[in-house]
Amino acid sequence: MLTIYLIILLGLSFVSYFYGKRLIRRRVYEQKISQHSRDSYHGLYLSLYLIIPSIILTLIWLASSPNIIDSLLKSKIKNSLPDLSLGEINILKSKVISAYDGILPVDSEQMEIFVGFYNSANIISTNFIIIISALVSVSFFLFALNRIRVRFNARSKVENILKFSMILASCVAIITTIGIVLSLIIETIEFFKIIKITDFLFGLQWSPQIALREDQVAGEGLFGAIPIFIGTILITLIAMFIAVPIGLLSAIYLSEYSKPKIRAIAKPMLEVLAGIPTVVYGFFAALTVAPFLRNSGASVGLSLSSESALAAGLVMGIMIIPLISSLSDDVINAVPQSLREGSAALGSTQSETVKLVILPAALPGIVSAILLALSRAIGETMIVVMAAGVAANLTFNPFESVTAVTVQIVVLLIGDQEFDSAKTLAAFALGFTLFIITLLLNVLSIYIVRKYREQYD
Amino acid sequence: MTDNFTEIRLRKRYRAEKRFKIYSVSALILALLILATLISSIAISSIPAFTQINIGIDVKMNDDQILQFEEDPENVSWRSLQKKSFYSMFPDVETRKDKKELNKLLSTGAYIEIKKFYLDNPNKLPDNNIIYVPASDDVDLLIKDIIDRDLPQDMRTISDNQISYLDKLISNNRIKKTISWRLFSNSDSREPELAGLKGGIVGTLLTMFVTLIISFPIGVLAAIYLEEIAPKNKFTDIIEVNINNLAAVPSIVYGLLGLAVFLNYMNMPRSAPLVGGIVLALMTLPVIIIATRAAMASIPPSIREAAYGVGASQMQVIVHHVFPLALPGILTGTIIGIARAAGETAPLLMIGMMAFIVDVPSKITDKATVLPAQIYMWANNPERSFEYLTSAAILILLVILIMMNLLAILLRKKYERRW
Repeated sequence: MLTIYLIILLGLSFVSYFYGKRLIRRRVYEQKISQHSRDSYHGLYLSLYLIIPSIILTLIWLASSPNIIDSLLKSKIKNSLPDLSLGEINILKSKVISAYDGILPVDSEQMEIFVGFYNSANIISTNFIIIISALVSVSFFLFALNRIRVRFNARSKVENILKFSMILASCVAIITTIGIVLSLIIETIEFFKIIKITDFLFGLQWSPQIALREDQVAGEGLFGAIPIFIGTILITLIAMFIAVPIGLLSAIYLSEYSKPKIRAIAKPMLEVLAGIPTVVYGFFAALTVAPFLRNSGASVGLSLSSESALAAGLVMGIMIIPLISSLSDDVINAVPQSLREGSAALGSTQSETVKLVILPAALPGIVSAILLALSRAIGETMIVVMAAGVAANLTFNPFESVTAVTVQIVVLLIGDQEFDSAKTLAAFALGFTLFIITLLLNVLSIYIVRKYREQYD
Repeated sequence: MTDNFTEIRLRKRYRAEKRFKIYSVSALILALLILATLISSIAISSIPAFTQINIGIDVKMNDDQILQFEEDPENVSWRSLQKKSFYSMFPDVETRKDKKELNKLLSTGAYIEIKKFYLDNPNKLPDNNIIYVPASDDVDLLIKDIIDRDLPQDMRTISDNQISYLDKLISNNRIKKTISWRLFSNSDSREPELAGLKGGIVGTLLTMFVTLIISFPIGVLAAIYLEEIAPKNKFTDIIEVNINNLAAVPSIVYGLLGLAVFLNYMNMPRSAPLVGGIVLALMTLPVIIIATRAAMASIPPSIREAAYGVGASQMQVIVHHVFPLALPGILTGTIIGIARAAGETAPLLMIGMMAFIVDVPSKITDKATVLPAQIYMWANNPERSFEYLTSAAILILLVILIMMNLLAILLRKKYERRW
């Protein structure tokens, strides 16, 4: 219904574009004075005034109506069945909605009443928004039509609309940030009302799943996040241990030693490595790397867990290599040629130039690249979800199974529909920690580049 | 003496030079080797999934069934038709237990093929037909030599009896290997021999559609504003810092945002491409903005000045000149951003796009899954056949992503202008 309305409106605004163009042509012809704006601006002016009010109203309606109809349905259920608890009302409500969607059968008379109510509420609200937005759109259109004159400045009106929409689009970035911060903070504060913040940050035991008896205080589980922080740090360290030397050295080779032909082939190949989805790395870690490590560990007498930190860290390192190599490649290339030539003139070999001249000059950029890679590794999810463990182990042994922050977020949130339990809230607290840490790393990396970069030109 | 000393030092330095070069070249070779291992290990383990074993069974409908079919094809009991036809090929199998074992050679969805055959060829109703139906996954693995038939019986998932039935089928030439097109025509299933990717592919397309129509206009408008129009002030600074920070936020945090805001606060449908698309659009936005700004910054100022010179307004300069010239670069950046979003899994797990969904989604509010989430679910399935299926799904995903990236490269090659 709404789609049909919007399509008709789109068609009408298309027509009104040409109508506006013809209108202004005719007026110019009749009045024989030169026009202010070109024809197409008058057309655009008309069609924008027709369609924009409707779109805005529809968006507002789309965002608000499900909540309104939901609460209407809830109060209807409450009125007809006053002795239901809040939870039961919610369950019944979602049943009604599923029945309305055709997923559940309408099995009782009462259900039929509720579904009918929900249905009619939806129809009324859809009709309401269509009529309102049609009225508003038509009045805006008439207003615009009335203003079209030969000397009317339609161009600046249209340009202002465009400019305003650009500003609005730029604000989406701010809105997103605010959305992220608010949604994380609100849930995190809720979480710290249940669990003490010191228990979370410094607790040594993490077992959110344990609920022995409902009346027990510890029934909520234990939320000491140190073991999962340690797990993340361990995996990330292994990853950096792999990625930094390989990434940096291959960047040095590509920018200092390789022939252009090799560079033209090898660089895109490394970019392919960067474009592989992380779920693929996760599968590779779980299916190829972990069994390989376990078998080779067993052959030298080491017992590796099948979800060892080593496997996850190794594959995560592989994922990070292209990031480090391409960022350092850019930085090394930015070091001016004169420095290389000066160093060569003093008689140093190429490797001495690299070690004593180029790397020190490029160091801020390389450090910032490493920090960016670090924040990518900490926030990486699929590899650790598929290759690292779930149980929180407080250990620094890379052969044992550890868990990571992102793993816990996924484990806590998947399948759990109840929104206000400590478990789901804990996921948001972890997410908030993650957000803060990656933000700090990012800010630090920008700061290092700004502060220590050498200006050569 | 001094000469000797210099020479030794020089030799040492040259050795160090050689060592360093070897280190750096081996780092590069190692990285490329890893890439090769990754791709080849997945490609090799995907091979079995691209072919499918079918078993031909003699089917003949009796008069009752033909009548039922003509009334309504749903009335025919296709399962029992399948069983009876298959049993009649093995007259010496008599006990219930043996018959059950025999029937396990066929996929549980085998009857669907028989039904499809008759629906497609209603004129063959009274004939004796040989219909090829998918074999069960164990048979599939046995014929592809992945299950070793020399193992003792209790160490394999297929019994000696079943192998003897199979051998009979093989000697009667009733085993046919075909390309498994159902990977593209079927949706997800609990049975590996029936599971396909259609649901995931359609879900990915729908999600990417939503991502594109949200992130492209918003990203381009924002980038134009920031690059061409915005005055240098605090507000602009805040926006720019924001965009840079958003580009570094871990993807799972976007998933949390989607869960808290779109699902719990706005009550949007769970597991729907609509929400997935919005979340991925927010994630892709910084990529598109940065790419668009780079593309617009590379347009030389002379273009703008010439346009201003003939009396164009600022908007006319942008809309008529700068934007069209920057479009190839903008599209390249957008495609790369969308390709990255198409491979993203973590935020979609948060909003429930990894449910087991058999139906192919038809609109953006339907429950759906996407290719990477499908890969994740299959990778978690302990059945052995799913390992090969997962590899095949990864290969298909990689092919799609590589094609998108190639498109971006071609676009850049064809339309890129050096000023």
